[in-house]
Amino acid sequence: MSSISLKQHHNNMLSSQKMDQTKTTHNQDLNFKATELRLGLPGSESPERTTMKNMVAGAKRGFLEVDFVKNGEFFGEKKNHDSSKQPSDQDSVAASKAQVVGWPPIRSFRKNSMAAKHTKNEDDPKEETGSNCVYVKVSMDGAPYLRKVDLKMYSSYSDLSSALEKMFSSFTLGQYGANGVPARKWSSESPLMGLLNGSEYVLTYEDKDGDLMLVGDVPWDMFTGSCKRMRIMKSSDAIGLGKS
Amino acid sequence: MTDSGSTDPTRIPSLPEVFLKRTFSLINSTSDRNSLSLVCKDWYNYERLTRRHVSIRNCYAVSPEIVAARFPAIRSVSLKGKPRFSDFNLVPEEWGADVQPWLSVFVTAYPLLEELRLKRMSVCDDSLEFLAMNFDAFKALSMLSCDGFSTIGLEAIATHCKNLTELDIQENGVADVGGDWLGFFPENLTSLEVLNFANLGNEVSFDVLESLVSRSKSLRVLKVNQKVSLDQLRKLLVLAPQLTELGTGTFSGDLVSSSVNELESAFSKCGNLQTLSGFWDPSLLYIPALYPVCGGLTFLNLSYSVLGADELEQILTHCKRLTRLWVLDTVGDKGLEAVGSHCPLLEELRVYPDDPLDQQSGVSESGLVAVSNGCPKLHYILYFCQRMTNAAVVTVAQNCPDFTHFRLCIMKPHEPDYLTNEPMDEAFGAIVKTCVNLQRLSVSGLLTDLAFEYIGKYAKNLETLSVAFAGNSDAGMEYVMRGCPKLKRLEIRDCPFGDSALLSGLSQCESMRSLWMSACNLTMNGCKKLAQEKAMLNVEVIKDEDGDDSLANKVYVYRTVAGPRKDAPPFVVTL
Repeated sequence: MSSISLKQHHNNMLSSQKMDQTKTTHNQDLNFKATELRLGLPGSESPERTTMKNMVAGAKRGFLEVDFVKNGEFFGEKKNHDSSKQPSDQDSVAASKAQVVGWPPIRSFRKNSMAAKHTKNEDDPKEETGSNCVYVKVSMDGAPYLRKVDLKMYSSYSDLSSALEKMFSSFTLGQYGANGVPARKWSSESPLMGLLNGSEYVLTYEDKDGDLMLVGDVPWDMFTGSCKRMRIMKSSDAIGLGKS
Repeated sequence: MTDSGSTDPTRIPSLPEVFLKRTFSLINSTSDRNSLSLVCKDWYNYERLTRRHVSIRNCYAVSPEIVAARFPAIRSVSLKGKPRFSDFNLVPEEWGADVQPWLSVFVTAYPLLEELRLKRMSVCDDSLEFLAMNFDAFKALSMLSCDGFSTIGLEAIATHCKNLTELDIQENGVADVGGDWLGFFPENLTSLEVLNFANLGNEVSFDVLESLVSRSKSLRVLKVNQKVSLDQLRKLLVLAPQLTELGTGTFSGDLVSSSVNELESAFSKCGNLQTLSGFWDPSLLYIPALYPVCGGLTFLNLSYSVLGADELEQILTHCKRLTRLWVLDTVGDKGLEAVGSHCPLLEELRVYPDDPLDQQSGVSESGLVAVSNGCPKLHYILYFCQRMTNAAVVTVAQNCPDFTHFRLCIMKPHEPDYLTNEPMDEAFGAIVKTCVNLQRLSVSGLLTDLAFEYIGKYAKNLETLSVAFAGNSDAGMEYVMRGCPKLKRLEIRDCPFGDSALLSGLSQCESMRSLWMSACNLTMNGCKKLAQEKAMLNVEVIKDEDGDDSLANKVYVYRTVAGPRKDAPPFVVTL
């Protein structure tokens, strides 16, 4: 339908960031497929199975170590000193991100080789200068030329939006919002709101699959991994994007 | 010996010493020699005086002095150090297994030492230099999963070992500090037969490598690192068509100075090639250049190559004689079907995970079944997967009853049969019941004590058992300790086995080489009890930095004639 209100857009971005913080304490290997829809196999991730796990563990101490070590380590369950306490689903989610030392049993040499290979391959689709930069083009409707930003320079959506605003502010000078009020550049809530105040513009991006997406829907790390280029669109052109 | 005139029929007739010694010196098998040494005192002596090679599977089970005293004529030593779980970061650095104390004894006891093969030992550059400078007859150095040295140590080896035939550095924690270590080989060194530097990170000078290969007419094994280009590889092949084993480096990039045909032609001249490895990032375009040699290959190691099912199949259609195959799980179940179809002579298959965290990729039970259907001679499997079923493993056991090594790693701990949601007990039960020759077993998935009951009941030839995240109670471990008479090495992590399980196998502990238990339910008291009962054992606890002092989180128990370690670091407590 019509494009979402700025407030909703802003809230979406903030909540994505919140999700970031709880979910990705170790964010090096955030799996892009983690939020893909898929059929769960029977027995996977079900609370019943978690209970069975605790029974199998038995006795005085939990059975998995929690240790924050290198890349490529498996994610396992957190130590439960009190085996009678069943972890809630949310605990399981957070706990499942804890790493288990030395599991699966693969020699360090092999692990490091494969990890190096993966970082190399992930950067392939985007342009890079060789040392883990992720440059994407940013266009703005009506602007005479494009800009390029290195997504790796920013750690959150608010960082990015503030940078974009500074970059494109010259194009919005003199722009007026729909209600005739000049666009405020420095919003207290979100810098991007300043740019987009009045719903004149919406920030979108093209992902790996070539689809046009609204910036802010997915966790930050997933965004930087899948964004190929960005476009600051006129909101009148952005009908149909975003949640209803 | 004594009076040869005796008519007692039970007396072993005495044979001339010269004859016995000569005969014994022709016997190479260690187990045969061990048998010989038990016959009588004289035979023990003749055996020990003529032994040329000794394998020490635990460097702390015996001291270098004891070895030197018993075997004065050794020319070749193989030495293993750290517990196997050190490969997976479970053993702290500085734990030990330093090779230097051995070298210091060998320098006087075995000045004519020719070969040294090390696994999981700590080796520093100074030790490599010591080795190179003090053993004039030294020929062969091989190191696997060792750490502590850098290319500076290799420079010393290259410089001083005038008779070097073998330098094999595979999968070690070696620091490549750059420099041109390969260039330290003197121009007049022409004796090289084996050169493996596949996992060194930095570029070596190609001119130097080319010259070395060119003058080493006996070179049969050459494994280069990722920095060697395809063009360079081709040139090396032209210089060394006699190779039997080749590590191709990266096998990627573009051929600049030659064509695919020329590469293929170079391979086709290598009529003796039996083993291919490397392929870190293979260019599919150039894989067909391998086809001329694929027909003769017995061992193909693609375990670093990200290949799909079709790509693997293309290669395998040419590799009918393969007996050993290592792949990445990117080939998927479909790729394994191709293995089953094209490799009827296959005896060993290893499937390594590309991305253990990705639960949607990799292989499953159907790939394993497909291989077992097509490869009846299969006796060694290492299989990393995300999910498995009991029924599949039962089928596999029926198809391949000759398994000697069955290592199944379901990567998510406590994962049940994903179709029935039951524990994987029946799977491993089927393996131990059917495969009577099983020597080595690694279990995984959700397992109750029943799995261990099966193992204790049926796995009578089992020598190595690896267990993780399994079992319900002490009974599980007790079944194994009481039921497996040939068990030599038992390694356990994250299982609810406690002191009584540890103490249940007191008689077993002495016949075992080693026992590792970490993140189980052991206490210091339990370990102390074991130490008190069995003087021939070293019971070592690796202390956590912070942690309950009464608990024993990492315990390593091994039989020894050398007494407690003299070089134990402060965090290793011998009870």
